Amino acid sequence: MSSDDTPHFSEHAGPGRRVINFLHGNPTIIPFLVLVIGLAIFSLIVGKRFFHPFNLSLVLQQVTVIGMLALAQTLIILTAGIDLSVGAIMVLSSVAMGQMALTLGLPPEIALLAGIAVGAACGALNGLLITWLRLPPFIVTLGTWSIFNAFVQFWSGGQTIRQQEIAADAAILQWTGTALQLGAWRLTLGSVLMLGLAGLLWYMLNRTAYGRHIYAVGNDPEAARLSGISTRRVLFSVYLIAGAICGLAGWVLIGRIGAVSPLGGGSANLDSITAVVIGGTSLFGGRGSILGTLIGALIVGFFRNGLALAGLDVLWQEFAIGCLIIMAVGFDQWLRRISN
Amino acid sequence: MAAEDLELSAALIPDAAGHQPVLAARDLRKAYGRVVAMDGADFDLYPGEILGVIGDNGAGKSSMIAALAGAVRPDSGEIWLAGEQVRFANPMEARAKGIETVFQTLAMAPALTIVDNLFLGREYRKPGFRGRWLRALDRGRMRAEARKHLSELGLATIQNIDQVVETLSGGQRQGVAVARACAFGSRVIILDEPTAALGVKESRKVLDLILDVRRRGISVVLISHNMPHVFEIADRVHIHRLGRRIAQVRPDQISMSDAVAIMTGAMPPPTDDDQGRT
Repeated sequence: MSSDDTPHFSEHAGPGRRVINFLHGNPTIIPFLVLVIGLAIFSLIVGKRFFHPFNLSLVLQQVTVIGMLALAQTLIILTAGIDLSVGAIMVLSSVAMGQMALTLGLPPEIALLAGIAVGAACGALNGLLITWLRLPPFIVTLGTWSIFNAFVQFWSGGQTIRQQEIAADAAILQWTGTALQLGAWRLTLGSVLMLGLAGLLWYMLNRTAYGRHIYAVGNDPEAARLSGISTRRVLFSVYLIAGAICGLAGWVLIGRIGAVSPLGGGSANLDSITAVVIGGTSLFGGRGSILGTLIGALIVGFFRNGLALAGLDVLWQEFAIGCLIIMAVGFDQWLRRISN
Repeated sequence: MAAEDLELSAALIPDAAGHQPVLAARDLRKAYGRVVAMDGADFDLYPGEILGVIGDNGAGKSSMIAALAGAVRPDSGEIWLAGEQVRFANPMEARAKGIETVFQTLAMAPALTIVDNLFLGREYRKPGFRGRWLRALDRGRMRAEARKHLSELGLATIQNIDQVVETLSGGQRQGVAVARACAFGSRVIILDEPTAALGVKESRKVLDLILDVRRRGISVVLISHNMPHVFEIADRVHIHRLGRRIAQVRPDQISMSDAVAIMTGAMPPPTDDDQGRT
């Protein structure tokens, strides 16, 4: 066949178009730049203290729990959903672990697994309501957030299980708080767990068919359905996995605070969404990455930490995070609009 | 069983050269509540031809195509593929039998890459442990095959197959969708309004692409509102009106305005029903 009778589609790619194409292919580049520029500015203002391994380790510890929830939230937002109940699932799981180990007297290992299973069950409930009853995720998880919080209060009786009790009878629940000292660095096992999970989820999303299906379902559910993907099965499994990750986060939470408190996780729902959005994942689904979410969580952590070290009032931390969210969503909207 | 065989021979009418239809339908009916989308629609597609299907809005073209593609289950009627009666529960079953459909919406996820979209829902996994237990995708194989399919259809100008689909032009997207259909469709490709969203130059390229597909021995069904496009490349044309096929014509034996007149009911259909088939 000669080249004359074959159809050719020429590509008119100007420099502007090429930048846009690059941004489409590498959505993580913007959050990455924000992180690098933010770090540069803070190191200028705060000085050497900011980059001291002690401070960097502290920030990593501070973002571990929210980072864990943000990983779960990423999976859900990629499907164009939202989960307002992640924080409540985490706390319910940690309460379940503590109560089963210390009040019911189950072996702590069993209590740990059962607590993660409670998280998975909560996620499965969300998934069932969303896929079977076809209710919007926002409403479902707003409802289950209240319900799970009620369970937390009911099961814990509003009581905190103290650090010493757990250390004496169920030390494994505090295992995630164990710190590894590497020179001046202090890395908790919870942080290691979070980073390991991020690696696992990255592999799942980018190297398996299931991961591509999660993107497709969030990007264009009708296209996914016509391609033979069972969109309901994908959605349900994503909420189930997210629930299990929140259960794991409950374990990390106990390690972080040492105790089992029914009060933790009040702002965790919104913080997890903040990290995901600042990390460049689109609330409209189908666009985003695990790496972006990690960077998003770090951006939030470093901005809070840097502004605090710079001696600014806490209110300016909130102000800065708010600005970042609006800029991130605005950028995503702009990128979507010019591509259509 | 003998009675069924008799029915088969009655239902399937060979063309002038004696070929059995590759895909045929008899008396398809579908109602959505009180709205009757198909009211006894018939369909015959012969090997290696481009069949145009035209009709006014609401003539039941889309419903018939959806039924043939497995996207909609007809209330009654029969579908025959290569001499066998078939019943598709979903698009995947139709696809498994070699019927590929390029829907008007293209059914592509815009934020995914060309390769991802080509293999969406039928990804290759790596052989051995990594594929079986770690579920690892064989990205090298998918890339190589994607490149092969695109260049076979003269789409080699799409340099970067890892480009996300939304950065492609409308014609390029259509091209990728057709390439996906060709890559897997061994018998029949159904194209629903492939030029509706395109400009003149890009429409031209897509029409050339369709001729290329026929050259490869695949039967093509082309649904379109664009009469000049249909009359230019179709070998035969089915005219649908009010949920059924009212005429089969050959584009070289009827004028475009007569076809439109039949389509809108302004002119009675030709009485010689065999005209289109011979």
